[in-house]
Amino acid sequence: MLTTILKRLLGAIPNLIGVIVVTFLLTRALPGDPAAFFAGASGTAEAVEEIRKKLGLDKSLPEQFIVYVRDLASGDWGFSHATGQPVLTELTTRLPASLELTLAGLFLAVIVAIPLGILAATRPGSWIDHLCRGIATAGVSLPTFFTGLLLAYIFYFLLGWAPPPLGRLDPYLSAPPTVTGFYLIDSLIARDFEVFIGALKQLILPTITLALFVLAPLARMTRASMLGVLSADFIRTARASGLAPTTVLFAYAFRNALLPVMTTLGMVFSFLLGSNVLVEKVFAWPGIGSFAIEALVASDYAPVQGFVLSMALLYVLLNLTIDIAYGFVDPRMRVDG
Amino acid sequence: MASLTMTRWQLLRYVVAENPLSLAAFLLFAALVLLALIGPWIAPFDALASNVGAPLSPPSMAHWFGTDSLGRDILSRVIIAARLDLGIAVAAVGISCILGGLAGAFAGYFGGWTDRIVGRLSDTIMAFPLFVLAMGIVAALGNTVANIVIATAIINLPFYIRVARAESNVLRNAGFVEAARLAGNGEVRLLFHHIIPNILPPMTVQISLNMGWAILNAAGLSFIGLGVRPPAAEWGIMVAEGAQYIVSGEWWIALFPGAVLMLAVFCFNLLGDSLRDLVDPRRRT
Amino acid sequence: MSALLAIENLSLEFRTRSGIVRALENVSLQLPEGGSLGLVGESGSGKSVLSFAVLGIQDAAATVTGGTIRFADKDLLADAGSAMKNMRGRELAMIFQNPRVALNPIRQVGQQIEDVLRRHTALRGAAARARAIECLADVRIPDPERRYTAYPFELSGGMCQRVMIAIALACKPRLLIADEPTTGLDVTTQAAIMRLIRDLGHEKGMATLLITHDLGLARDFCDRLAVMHAGHIVESGATETLFRAPAHPYTAQLVRATPVGQDKLENLASIPGNLPDLRRSDLPPCRFSERCELRGDACATALPSVDVSTGHLVACHHPQLRTRP
Ligand SMILES: Nc1ncnc2c1ncn2[C@@H]1O[C@H](COP(=O)(O)OP(=O)(O)O)[C@@H](O)[C@H]1O
Ligand code: SF4
Ligand SMILES: [Mg+2]
Repeated sequence: MLTTILKRLLGAIPNLIGVIVVTFLLTRALPGDPAAFFAGASGTAEAVEEIRKKLGLDKSLPEQFIVYVRDLASGDWGFSHATGQPVLTELTTRLPASLELTLAGLFLAVIVAIPLGILAATRPGSWIDHLCRGIATAGVSLPTFFTGLLLAYIFYFLLGWAPPPLGRLDPYLSAPPTVTGFYLIDSLIARDFEVFIGALKQLILPTITLALFVLAPLARMTRASMLGVLSADFIRTARASGLAPTTVLFAYAFRNALLPVMTTLGMVFSFLLGSNVLVEKVFAWPGIGSFAIEALVASDYAPVQGFVLSMALLYVLLNLTIDIAYGFVDPRMRVDG
Repeated sequence: MASLTMTRWQLLRYVVAENPLSLAAFLLFAALVLLALIGPWIAPFDALASNVGAPLSPPSMAHWFGTDSLGRDILSRVIIAARLDLGIAVAAVGISCILGGLAGAFAGYFGGWTDRIVGRLSDTIMAFPLFVLAMGIVAALGNTVANIVIATAIINLPFYIRVARAESNVLRNAGFVEAARLAGNGEVRLLFHHIIPNILPPMTVQISLNMGWAILNAAGLSFIGLGVRPPAAEWGIMVAEGAQYIVSGEWWIALFPGAVLMLAVFCFNLLGDSLRDLVDPRRRT
Repeated sequence: MSALLAIENLSLEFRTRSGIVRALENVSLQLPEGGSLGLVGESGSGKSVLSFAVLGIQDAAATVTGGTIRFADKDLLADAGSAMKNMRGRELAMIFQNPRVALNPIRQVGQQIEDVLRRHTALRGAAARARAIECLADVRIPDPERRYTAYPFELSGGMCQRVMIAIALACKPRLLIADEPTTGLDVTTQAAIMRLIRDLGHEKGMATLLITHDLGLARDFCDRLAVMHAGHIVESGATETLFRAPAHPYTAQLVRATPVGQDKLENLASIPGNLPDLRRSDLPPCRFSERCELRGDACATALPSVDVSTGHLVACHHPQLRTRP
């Protein structure tokens, strides 16, 4: 098992290198003088010169790359001109907000999509099957930013059920003391249920928006994979042995159907992290996505690049986790040697 | 040959009968293409002109979709935008399909180093959350429509590489290719005359499956302020312009462009699914 | 005494998009306690459909349109409720072809046996595990403790078939249905598996229904045979009799197509024609008539059931009654 995990870790290294090389190239691809860009619109001539030195733009590309990697490793991801803070600090303080939203969206999508896919597969041709197909096609057609606005209009403006789509918490509530950075968890740790409810209310609409988008590929895959597994020979063996239908469906069929679903999770995460940026903008969510958009608008490039890199690293990490989890579910992946 | 087309036709009829939505999607697709082609001539107002109506007026007989904060006619803007939105997506998917298709065909045909390099490239792109990579590319290359096209093309590349690579890898050893090889054809000639023409059908399916996604990505990029600049009419940026008015109840500014965007993407996705069923009935789900 | 398994006039059809498949029509057969019956016929003749119907695991598209299945004097079709559910896997068990894909690929084989034990017995925990290991030892799997934790992909096809037999026999059933148990195995393994099934059948006094398209295999293994063609049982009788004096033209052809002893393969006749499409609305009463050399005018009328000799039944208007020396 350990060797398998180790092998997966090693397997992620080429992707890690690829990600770093691409982000490095993106920092150098800036049209005109990258130093001037990094200095920002208000950068003085000295500032530009200083940045040029600091970026090592006077050196050769490979040397620059080494400097770039060294800086990254030592936590020097540049400065945000808008806030004057180091990019890494800005990102780490905002990351929990993004993660909380992303994970909530994924959680909601999974608890809806998987039962839906299973039901559709066990009743092919029924209304729930058609519903599942409909959702699968319609879901991926939804522009997340538009669904978000629509939900806000309906549930905030028209019905008044949801709080204003502005951030993680009502302004009159104060954030719980930071432990995990997730308001839902931190408020529970602090036993502050008012804040918990407040944070939950703010979270609901953006979560639904995100979930609607990633629900589709999940439901579609669950359905297809369950359909395939249910007609497999080993399911017939299980039924012939008289095993209870629930055992057949969950312990036998579902666990096997999960494998192809897990391989699509990577794609789902790609969608999720991308839509997250849009949803954060719609709901004024103070995560790294809104931060990057603000920086983009202000032509403040270091934060944008820091954002792209951190998202990519996060994504590589997620894929690695999926890979390792896959090894746990599928013994065939566990062969050492 | 005749019987083959017959069965295709029967299959087409079957697909349409099975899923009447396919027909609706096809009609919608025709309407969108028409809008993109003749939009400027049928738009009731100048899409860029301010104060053709009172600012922020709700839908009325004069302005079916209402007006925005500058008093521009939203219907006209939605119509005009079709060309830009579809144009970006078509250009991006076109570039991606040609480059990705060639790279994939070479990789699958020659294997070895070519394959490894192309595979690495594709894996590296896929190692990013794709929309985020597109953001980074536009940010780095500069905030223009052309760069949105490039970014969207890049994030679509892996899908075409994968399809072309798999197909050409199989075709490489197919009987008719072997025969052509024995007849003394050079490898490059084989690739262009025998392999690539046969990769086209699956590539077409991939195009139709990707088109909706490409539109969504491009609109998403302009929604966050990349690429398309005001006052240009584009669905994503129009939704962004209307976003701030949603909370004060002026829903029409964002709703109409958003709804049309959604319909367009839905239409392309439905067409993609039907086309896949047509070309590869085995993969129906 | 009455038979352990008695199927009377069973008819079953599949309602599909492309029409109704009349997969079984008026099928009758009996199997006594501890006996062994071979159900033979070409691929597609309905052998699997019949055995699935006995276990009540047929496809959702299948409908039984007539007839009865009685097992140990219980009506399985009327009793489709809990009584049947408790018997399936306990009193009636089944093993399948292609053993490597017929086991759950991501569950340890020992646990798959335990699943059945837990479903049908009061055994739990260490006792269930011990019994599962015993089951593995019963089917002559060496080193059963270690094999308990193996996954199917780590075992050979023959080993997987042994595991499947262990699963089937875990609750000491009175009837084992073996559906092409040697398909997908290499020749030496085939012989070993068949010996194992026969030996275990004798040891445990268990009746076996062997389903196969290989008449030679059925001959070596079964007391009695039932020949199936396109959803009909065309002939049934003692193995010996059927080989010596096949009365139905189809059986006769099958026998001629089966190598005996030193026969060279070239000497074997093949059976001309194909099974009719069971979706046709104009299926003739005798579904063999379109391939039959002896067809006469009478053959367009309802099929008789002729008692050629005691326990030898044939469904044909022109049974061949002559006895071969
Ligand atoms: N689920 C099903 N739907 C429709 N037809 C079926 C189904 N299962 C089996 N059949 C038909 O029933 C007939 C008998 O099949 P089967 O019992 O598998 O034959 P075999 O004798 O080879 O085991 C075949 O013609 C097959 O097409
Ligand atoms: S009933 Fe007639 S057609 Fe059918 S097998 Fe007998 S002789 Fe042949
Ligand atoms: Mg069969």
